[in-house]
Amino acid sequence: MSAVTLDHITKTYDEGKVLAVDDITLQVEEGELFGLIGPDGAGKTSLFRVLTTLLLPDKGSATVRGYDCVKDYKEIRKRIGYMPGKFSLYQDLTVKENLDFFATLFGSTIEGNYELIKDIYEQIKPFNDRRAGKLSGGMKQKLALCCALIHKPEVLFLDEPTTGVDVVSRKEFWEMLKRLKQQGITIIVSTPYMDEAMLCERIALIQNGKIMSVDTPANIMAAFPVKLYAMKADNIYKLLTALRGMPEIDSSFAFGEYIHITLKDDNIEALRQKVEQQGHTHVDIKLIHPGIEDSFIRLMNQA
Amino acid sequence: MKQLFVFIRKEFFHVFRDRRTLLIMFGLPVVQIVLFGFALTSEVKNITLTVIDNSRDVNTQQLIRKIKSSSYFVVNESSIDYNDIEDAFKKGKAKCALIFPAGFGNDLQHGGTAQLQIIADGSDPNTAKTVVNYITAITTAYQQEISPAQQLPYTIIPETRMLYNEEGNGSLNFIPGVMALVLMIVCTALTSVSVVREKELGTMEILLVSPFKPLMVLVAKAIPYLILSLANFILILVLAVFVLDVGIKGSILLLFMESMLFIITCLSFGLMISNTTNSQQTALLLSMMGMMIPTMIFTGFMFPIENMPLVFRIISDIIPSRWYFLIIKSVMLKGLGFEYVWKETLVLLGMTVALLFIALKNFKTRLS
Amino acid sequence: MEEKVIVCKDLTKRFGDFYAVNKISFEVDKGEIFGFLGANGAGKTTAMRILCGLSHPTSGEAMVAGFDVYKQAEEIKKNIGYMSQKFSLYENLTVLENIEFFGGVYGVPYAEIRRRSDNLVQQLGLTAEAKKLVGALPLGWKQKLAFSVAIFHQPRIVFLDEPTGGVDPVTRRQFWDMIYEAAASGITIFVTTHYMDEAEYCNRITIMVDGKVEALDSPANLKAQFKADNMDEVFYRLARGAKRSGD
Repeated sequence: MSAVTLDHITKTYDEGKVLAVDDITLQVEEGELFGLIGPDGAGKTSLFRVLTTLLLPDKGSATVRGYDCVKDYKEIRKRIGYMPGKFSLYQDLTVKENLDFFATLFGSTIEGNYELIKDIYEQIKPFNDRRAGKLSGGMKQKLALCCALIHKPEVLFLDEPTTGVDVVSRKEFWEMLKRLKQQGITIIVSTPYMDEAMLCERIALIQNGKIMSVDTPANIMAAFPVKLYAMKADNIYKLLTALRGMPEIDSSFAFGEYIHITLKDDNIEALRQKVEQQGHTHVDIKLIHPGIEDSFIRLMNQA
Repeated sequence: MKQLFVFIRKEFFHVFRDRRTLLIMFGLPVVQIVLFGFALTSEVKNITLTVIDNSRDVNTQQLIRKIKSSSYFVVNESSIDYNDIEDAFKKGKAKCALIFPAGFGNDLQHGGTAQLQIIADGSDPNTAKTVVNYITAITTAYQQEISPAQQLPYTIIPETRMLYNEEGNGSLNFIPGVMALVLMIVCTALTSVSVVREKELGTMEILLVSPFKPLMVLVAKAIPYLILSLANFILILVLAVFVLDVGIKGSILLLFMESMLFIITCLSFGLMISNTTNSQQTALLLSMMGMMIPTMIFTGFMFPIENMPLVFRIISDIIPSRWYFLIIKSVMLKGLGFEYVWKETLVLLGMTVALLFIALKNFKTRLS
Repeated sequence: MEEKVIVCKDLTKRFGDFYAVNKISFEVDKGEIFGFLGANGAGKTTAMRILCGLSHPTSGEAMVAGFDVYKQAEEIKKNIGYMSQKFSLYENLTVLENIEFFGGVYGVPYAEIRRRSDNLVQQLGLTAEAKKLVGALPLGWKQKLAFSVAIFHQPRIVFLDEPTGGVDPVTRRQFWDMIYEAAASGITIFVTTHYMDEAEYCNRITIMVDGKVEALDSPANLKAQFKADNMDEVFYRLARGAKRSGD
């Protein structure tokens, strides 16, 4: 049995004028760490809200642990943990009070599932009596995760848990998710950061309410259909502008200090000569393996 | 049950940790009572009255002394001419003039009737009306005093307010009004804001997703504010009795029960507002427009409803606080029992049930 | 010598005994793209507020566009543009109304606003949306429009606070194209970001840790200095040692 299934789910707002989720079909297996990767407005939050029974889909059906998201919403609500995107806890309650409250709300206690939250909770325990509003971003996030886990959910939904959090806290957060996965919890997490896709077992790339691709990150990257080159020169912006004007270039996008390019005819040496003739200095070109972001951009441009 | 208890405890934490909420909740009644009780009273006091006594006999002197001894007037027994009255009004030296014609006492004692003239500054009609009423009342009282057995050729019906407010204590009428207003602010505004804040925080999503029954969220929100409102109600009563010297004439238990009913009305309205809006500002604005302003205008504690156009009178009939105001006025100030206010209570009850029904029916177990 | 548009020396901001910004010093050249990085709570926002003339430093010196942050805050505000992820445009005004409003606030003559706003809308490919409410636009478009509005009055410096958060990868790059273009026209860009690949697009980068500047150089030099493959690693190594954190 799949932990979560989506069958032709469509969700619109404003009486059908705004299409948020467009005919999405998807399965997430038991114990999987699944990532929904896409920018803001792609439909990730709407999808989460359908699955957490907060929104009714316009069309299609969805299940969580075999329960229907519309009919059996009460059953689902007992079995899931959810951390909404803009979730910010009760700022005027202390760490302990927040945790106690959510534990009781979900019919559990802090002690009851202590093993599950132990690793995370121990890190914020020294601040037990501090108000949540006075915690740092990373700490708040840990507390929120504890609150979502406190009743030992079977499926955990995390909507953009790392948005607005710095790199260090993000890395720590993903470490925590990996450890949770080992305890057998199915985790569905959404993120606008492409680099985080690599940390999931399987991912769905989502854009404009549609899924562009679902697979393991490795397979998605391997499916990149053409050769990808990274190119740089002394003046990278001038190089980028020059490349855009060339007919043999299929695509060119800045990636850090390099420009990632694909060619129509795959004659890279000809391109190197052409670029050098135009006066670009220190031109460096290498064949590279595409990353998730390369795949995402390519799929986006095909759509 | 434990969930409910924990939820209610959390609500109290929110209230007691937020200075602004506390200030609104307990500072407001004090300010309102003091403000309405002392400053904004519609009672007239220390009105300058010019007396032109052309008779100068025992009766006119007695009557003038009576007027002087009331706290309403500062009597100015000037020797100005009748024709100068208008000038005195224009210069603001007098608000009112009382003229005894020559031979006033003679006429009264021998002819049985005597005339006097009251001229009031009509540019301030409320004061003018009140002043005329007061002088008339004093004159009538004086008449009865000097000729108790005599059948009077006319009867003057004193204003109702005088009847129940012999000491001229103007803040009396405001107490029920302030009670309605404060309960409204605490229940309607604070309740709706506290629900909507959960939406803004994103915690509402968690609450809905939890196995805690969505309707219980409303109950858990309502109970703390019910308790706080009752505390508030007691605070206002205590302030009224000990600060403003207003005695409670009727049954305190009845007062308490009626207030409880009104609190539930307000809570329902607050919950209804929170169902329809997603931002704290909108919630606050709606409670202000929807409840507080109509309470100020249409309950009759600031502006008499009898003088309003028909449309406004109809509007005032559908404002719950008007009925509460009537009930409290009857019970607290007039000392009437339930048999006199059951009709008003029934109207209020009907409104409460309707509001509560709408609030519960519109509460969403999902986000939209 | 190149013109310096921002000069900071020992700039400090203290709240009680907490040093939000602790003796930071750096200079930014005209037309430079200057990346300002740091973990949450490192003091980025506080430093940026001082440079925008919104907050007085406790001690130290800072000149922005040739004006002193202590005495000439109003002059500074006239010469800078500002855009953040959280607030940039009025959602319930149309595209054109937003341009007119912000242009007007910065004292751009009305005739010029009219002339240039048509141009701008065309360049952004928003001709069909010009009379639509900004709230109805996709996030990426909003951010691009917000940037254009921030530099509409041709400021000498534009401060960008996480301008591309949550934006899709293609739009993110289009956004950076606009940044490059603005820099080429002589506008100095002062930008904070959480995307480390974007740090590579900057001419120079500052990394703040616990209120201090811990690194300041070009991305290539920083990578060489820390023997790292990418900026992510450089940042992680520096920020991991941070003692404090916050928003």
